[in-house]
Amino acid sequence: MNFDKELDASGLNCPLPILRTKKALAELGAGQVLKVVATDPGSVKDMQAFAKQTGNELLSSAEAGGKYQFFLKKK
Amino acid sequence: MKKLAIIATKGTLDWAYPPYILASTAAALGYEVQIFFTFYGLQLVRKDMSCLKVSPLGNPGMPMKMPFGPKWFRDINWNIPNILQANIPGFESLATALMKQTIANNGVATIPELRELCQEAEVKFLACQMTVELFGFEHSDFIDGIDYVGAASFFEFAGESDICLYI
Repeated sequence: MNFDKELDASGLNCPLPILRTKKALAELGAGQVLKVVATDPGSVKDMQAFAKQTGNELLSSAEAGGKYQFFLKKK
Repeated sequence: MKKLAIIATKGTLDWAYPPYILASTAAALGYEVQIFFTFYGLQLVRKDMSCLKVSPLGNPGMPMKMPFGPKWFRDINWNIPNILQANIPGFESLATALMKQTIANNGVATIPELRELCQEAEVKFLACQMTVELFGFEHSDFIDGIDYVGAASFFEFAGESDICLYI
């Protein structure tokens, strides 16, 4: 998937992946895509909840090799 | 915009987490957030936060594990009797140092870091003027940007909040 910015939140624990995601999205324009990589297993549900509450669309959420990958489209 | 009002009343390292985690996360979700720091919670807005410690004394819920060494060693839960904890000088400082190491090992944010994130996200800090005086603090002991108010001012915001937490 194409993306405009990547955020590596590996090794960070709650709530840092969400806070960093929020910050990274602030630097993007509407419709641009942010890729987030995290290792916190809680971030899977949290990223869904973040997307739902902020209106930014979670395009995909996947796990590969103990890492979680998210693509978020800025509202 | 949704509103979250928090009353922070505890002044230990472990209890510093809930208000700052919830406030920063709510702010990231688009909430307007205010924290009212009162009684021991005032320690959380001091310039110098080295006073924040954890005490395992009288807290049977706190796992006492070492943040270093091989896995079998780190898995040991050290059940140290209260009577010993209370009599070993520096026990709290030791427990605090171990807790800080555990926090770092787990990629958990430090309290100064979370507090800064709250400030950046424009979480509003209120401090209880009555307890500031009661405990003999000066406004200069605290970080900038705090409003010193009474209970009535807190209710102005809390009364309209969607969520109000007492921590």
